[in-house]
Amino acid sequence: MNRDKKIILVIDDDIDYLEQMKIQITSFGFLPILAESQKEGEEKINEIKPDLVIVDLMMENQDSGFIFCYKIKKKFPEVPVIIASAVTAETGMIFGLNSEEDRNWIKADQYLEKGIRPDQLQREINKLLKL
Amino acid sequence: MEKLKVLVVDDEPGIRSGIERILRNYTVGYPFMDEDFHFEMIEAETGEKAIEIIDNDQVDIILLDNKLPGIHGIEVLEYINKKQYDAQVMMITSYASLDLAVKATNNGAFNFVPKPFTPQELKAAMESITKHLFLERMTRKMNQEGKQIRFQFLSVLSHELKSPINAIEGYLRIMQEKQVGENINDYQRMIARSMERLNGMRGLIMDLLDLTKLEPGKKRNLKNIDISEIAKICVNTMEPLAIQKNIKIFVDIDHEIYFPVDNTEMEIIFNNLISNAVKYNKDNGEVHVSLKNNINSIKILVEDTGIGMSDDEISKLFHEFVRIKNVKTKNITGSGLGLSIVKKLVDVYDGKVMVSSVPDKGSKFEIELPIHRITNTMNE
Repeated sequence: MNRDKKIILVIDDDIDYLEQMKIQITSFGFLPILAESQKEGEEKINEIKPDLVIVDLMMENQDSGFIFCYKIKKKFPEVPVIIASAVTAETGMIFGLNSEEDRNWIKADQYLEKGIRPDQLQREINKLLKL
Repeated sequence: MEKLKVLVVDDEPGIRSGIERILRNYTVGYPFMDEDFHFEMIEAETGEKAIEIIDNDQVDIILLDNKLPGIHGIEVLEYINKKQYDAQVMMITSYASLDLAVKATNNGAFNFVPKPFTPQELKAAMESITKHLFLERMTRKMNQEGKQIRFQFLSVLSHELKSPINAIEGYLRIMQEKQVGENINDYQRMIARSMERLNGMRGLIMDLLDLTKLEPGKKRNLKNIDISEIAKICVNTMEPLAIQKNIKIFVDIDHEIYFPVDNTEMEIIFNNLISNAVKYNKDNGEVHVSLKNNINSIKILVEDTGIGMSDDEISKLFHEFVRIKNVKTKNITGSGLGLSIVKKLVDVYDGKVMVSSVPDKGSKFEIELPIHRITNTMNE
């Protein structure tokens, strides 16, 4: 596989969200790889170790995003993981990864609300990829 | 007094004995509960040991440390979730503020107590988890008794309605900002997908309308009518959809089956079964619809040559908003309500639904409705 470009794996069960992320990530100059389920995501991670992972919080099960992050971090601690979710929009609950305590528990590097502007997304990705 | 079994999973003996001391004489009472709860402690010093206990015993509450010598607490949690084990889990940990995150993911299904904790903090956490456990078991009991839990339904519904809105909004934004250039043709797929999602929403709304016809206490219109006519009309309605995929619908219907039914309800049953048989079929496939009069009952059979289902998928089939998700179904839209509605209706007629299916070969839905007492309102 061509590794000139940074590979970003996006895992979400909504194919339209995946399609939209593909457009945005391509326009940032990265190579998007898409997975529609936790299982497919795990397979792709093992197949092609991505440079960054964006995972939806609630897929088949309500907490599969968290468990998924834990598994990725156990295997590839150096690969940055972004949790993307519409939790705040849907429940009004706010949580982030701002304190050391949160990060110790939730094995992700960044938490982002779905529907953020492309430039914000790009900035967060660049930060995590140290570009 | 009712007793709850509490499994304490922590590698520090001091924590385990501390919890035992604090909870030994502690009880939780609740205005709706007849009796107070008290706690019986079981201890495990590793996650492996905890899983062994979970496999062999029914415990009610699990106090789970994350940092354990072998497998971590979160892996035990994953095991519990996978097993659909009926217990409430509370994490004990030295890190704070998991609380909100966990609540957000699981609607308070499990809780959190920071370490070190005071006896008061542990008691407060146990009180809330006990109440939660009680309410959850009550809710389940009420569900089994056939009462609707509206709140849960509405929260899932709002999620199902919001996802297509988010998807369409996302595409519109891409178009508004011309993110893939000036050429309108490059946006065709996004427009098509947006239409598809709108269609899905429309279908969901139609199904919701069907559901409102099943409200408890709702007036029904039971009459002796010819069911074969209803079946034929439904087959005709589905023909255009079938033609698009070059699917043949074969009909084997006894003539003039007069049976006391509600016309609308029967339409919903036939429409859902036949449209599923077409939707989840392969191109050039077949659908067989048969309707037989067995004097004391009628038998509806809808069989397809479609993608089929595994046993695991069949077990989830009749739940609200459950859609079978796999590679074969990813381009098929549906609300996930259709079969749950069919099941509810068949229940109203004291009937039975039987499903058999072979992956990649097809599925068979059989419904048997006995001649039943005529009631003109929905059962409570």
